[in-house]
Amino acid sequence: MESMLAYYLRLGVRSLRRNPVLTVLMVLAIGVGVAASMTTYAVFRAVSANPLPDKSAQLFAPLIDVWGPQERGNGDDIPDAFTYTDAMALMRDRKAARQTAIYPLNHTLIPADVSREPFYVTGYAAYADFFPMFETPFVYGGGWNREQDDARAAVVVISSQLNQQLFGGANSVGRSVRLDDHDYRIVGVMADWNPRPRFYDVNNSGGFNDPPDFILPFTQAVDTHTDTAGNNNCYGSAGRDPGWDGWLRSNCVWVSLWVELPDSAAVQAYRDYLQGYGAEQNRAGRFHWPPNAQLFDLTQWLQHEKVVPPETRMSLLLSLGFLLVCLVNTVGLLLAKFMRRAGEIGVRRALGASRREIWTQYLAEAAMVGVAGGVVGLLLTGVGMLSIGLVFDPEIARMTHMSVGLIGLTLLCALVATVVAAFYPTWRAAHVQPAWQLKSQ
Amino acid sequence: MQIQPILAALRRHKAGTILIALQIALTLAIVCNALFIINQRLSHLSEQSGVDEPNLFVIRNMWGEQYSTQQAVQHIEEDVAALRQVPGVQDVSAVNNYPFGPSTWDNFITMKPDQLSPTTDASFYTGDENFVRTLGLKLIAGRDFRADEIQDKGLRDSIVPAVAIISKAMADKLYPNGDALGKTFYAMTSSPITIVGIVDVLHRQDVSSWSASYLGESMITPIRIAMPWGLTYVVRAKPGQLEEAMHAAPKALFAENRMRMIDPKDGLLSFAEVRHRAFEKDRGMAILMGIICVVLLAITGAGIVGLTSFWVGQRRRQIGVRRALGATHRDILHYFMTENLLISLGGVAIGVLLTFGLNLWLVTRFTLNLLPVTYVLAGIVILLLLGQGAVLAPALRASRVPPIEATRPA
Repeated sequence: MESMLAYYLRLGVRSLRRNPVLTVLMVLAIGVGVAASMTTYAVFRAVSANPLPDKSAQLFAPLIDVWGPQERGNGDDIPDAFTYTDAMALMRDRKAARQTAIYPLNHTLIPADVSREPFYVTGYAAYADFFPMFETPFVYGGGWNREQDDARAAVVVISSQLNQQLFGGANSVGRSVRLDDHDYRIVGVMADWNPRPRFYDVNNSGGFNDPPDFILPFTQAVDTHTDTAGNNNCYGSAGRDPGWDGWLRSNCVWVSLWVELPDSAAVQAYRDYLQGYGAEQNRAGRFHWPPNAQLFDLTQWLQHEKVVPPETRMSLLLSLGFLLVCLVNTVGLLLAKFMRRAGEIGVRRALGASRREIWTQYLAEAAMVGVAGGVVGLLLTGVGMLSIGLVFDPEIARMTHMSVGLIGLTLLCALVATVVAAFYPTWRAAHVQPAWQLKSQ
Repeated sequence: MQIQPILAALRRHKAGTILIALQIALTLAIVCNALFIINQRLSHLSEQSGVDEPNLFVIRNMWGEQYSTQQAVQHIEEDVAALRQVPGVQDVSAVNNYPFGPSTWDNFITMKPDQLSPTTDASFYTGDENFVRTLGLKLIAGRDFRADEIQDKGLRDSIVPAVAIISKAMADKLYPNGDALGKTFYAMTSSPITIVGIVDVLHRQDVSSWSASYLGESMITPIRIAMPWGLTYVVRAKPGQLEEAMHAAPKALFAENRMRMIDPKDGLLSFAEVRHRAFEKDRGMAILMGIICVVLLAITGAGIVGLTSFWVGQRRRQIGVRRALGATHRDILHYFMTENLLISLGGVAIGVLLTFGLNLWLVTRFTLNLLPVTYVLAGIVILLLLGQGAVLAPALRASRVPPIEATRPA
């Protein structure tokens, strides 16, 4: 059998050489179709990845209806962030195993070394639970604790990149950094950590930015009147009291909230709690509408926030359509190629070759086209990966790269697609009537 | 040319015929929708900003330390004065943002203070008395801001402007009878804002799809942003001196006050770059769709050439017989051309259904618009021409088959 397969492969090569133009055409069509699909799939996979696979089922983003149904003109969603008032109420109640309010910050970092220029850093204000909840890895030190949240401590966790820049990568725990006009004591240095999409900030950003430079206590950021660097959405024409405190008391939504709920009982209990909170606000006369609370787990949240750009889905879809056309094309060409040899098949069948052997021979020939198509596809996928930046956001382009998995998938996809495409032509070849063929000669 | 015998012959090549027709159908569906996407994306690229694009540049200036409102105001005034001294600079305005800018600020607009669902949504610009002049906006009614109307807004101050200049698109939305000047509206404010001027065109700050129904609706308020962290300057260069001015402006700012940051990546941009960045995604999508169309048409064309060549090879003997019986070169050529036309027509018939099916799906999933019939007609013409073009070479070869072939065994 083994030698027969080798023989069939040799026959296949000879047959493919006989019509080089047709062969090249098939190989190119498969290669282009596979490459287009693989390139767009790589982008799609990168943007739709689960950023925290082992924890995502236990992390939830709650939402409550703070503006009432009248704000939502035509089936719009309820606001996707919290007012400061409600976020603080939920943080105080501590009904989840862990919880953190979050908002994005921008700061100017003033290096201790006066000869160095100040530079711009981005980060987040969060609670102590942020680090264990999101499984942040540390190279030095760790997060702060809940007591430090309450004490509004001027502490900070910095990224390894910032640690490199400021301290040459040395253990900087205990040293301090100056952000605008406040000094912060470093308690931890994060390892390279940048879950993408950045689920805890997708209501503010696209979710594929560079890692944050620092994370510091929410309570401290509010104390220093550090404005949000993210979205701030307000509703109504009542206006608000002036100044920072007026803003904190307003109905403007700008705080994200994340909770950790270990099991379904906890999820149900939290849902009830949220609903109860809404009802309480309604009784208190703050909300003039029935409570409407929502609880999304991490993956539902990414969908709710439409993190996968429509361009990505659309181009994947059209590339798959493109591959389909390439396959239909291959079916047609293989059919032509195989049926041209109907006479030869007739002779072989008359000389005792079984249908099974015809199947093996022709599928082997098709598989060779598939492998060649896969190689061309691989080269073109490489070109595609280099030019992703032309079509998609540079941030997304940087996330996609050639991996062993992708190489394997490209080859496999080309091979499987071609063999599938060869099924009908081979079936036709195997059912050639020997007598009829011999007679016509 | 008789169609009957061609159809009879096709019936003997069912599989090949169906495959070519199917390929044409799928190609039509994809190409039509891709062309439509290209057109929609490219139409974004030509959206008018309303500003004097060739002579503008922006500086996004971050302070190196946090300033109080009073300090910020003082620094802004020094900066503006320094920028005005730069050779080649004609005008400067301190703004919150600019058309196609990096962030967005928009407010719901109502006609009454207690109105629950908004009349529209306007992009909210803040600018000083130089805003209209610096950006090169065309004031078509009313007046510009006076210097004494400008208020300074610090961190989280809630300032209600008394007056605003709005774009014509917004004026038409609020007062469709064209009598907006002097009238009032509310922009999430407790007191009314009076319209003192109308500019012809001022694009929104964002180019997102959610705001497509509010295209061009913008308002300018006489507010100078004096935030602790920084602000944006829009600078208008004298005609032809953009490059020099762009080169000299940051140097002048740093010479005046070193405690600031201008991001090397996007802190200093000419308006041409601003536009380029804003529409990068649209351009990328158009390029991708364009490549897919071209390659798809090439593959379909090549497929037709391949399959027809095979049929010609298979039918050499029959062609020889027909030639021997008196058929001319032209008859044979016409035979294959007509055969392809019939298959193509069948293909585009199925293709039209697929095209609208795909379009409907895209409409529901990606808020694409409904495909105009002209695209389908154009697609049909392209594919019929492609089929005829692709079949020409094998058909010519067929027409040159000599009558002697009739006597040779297959």
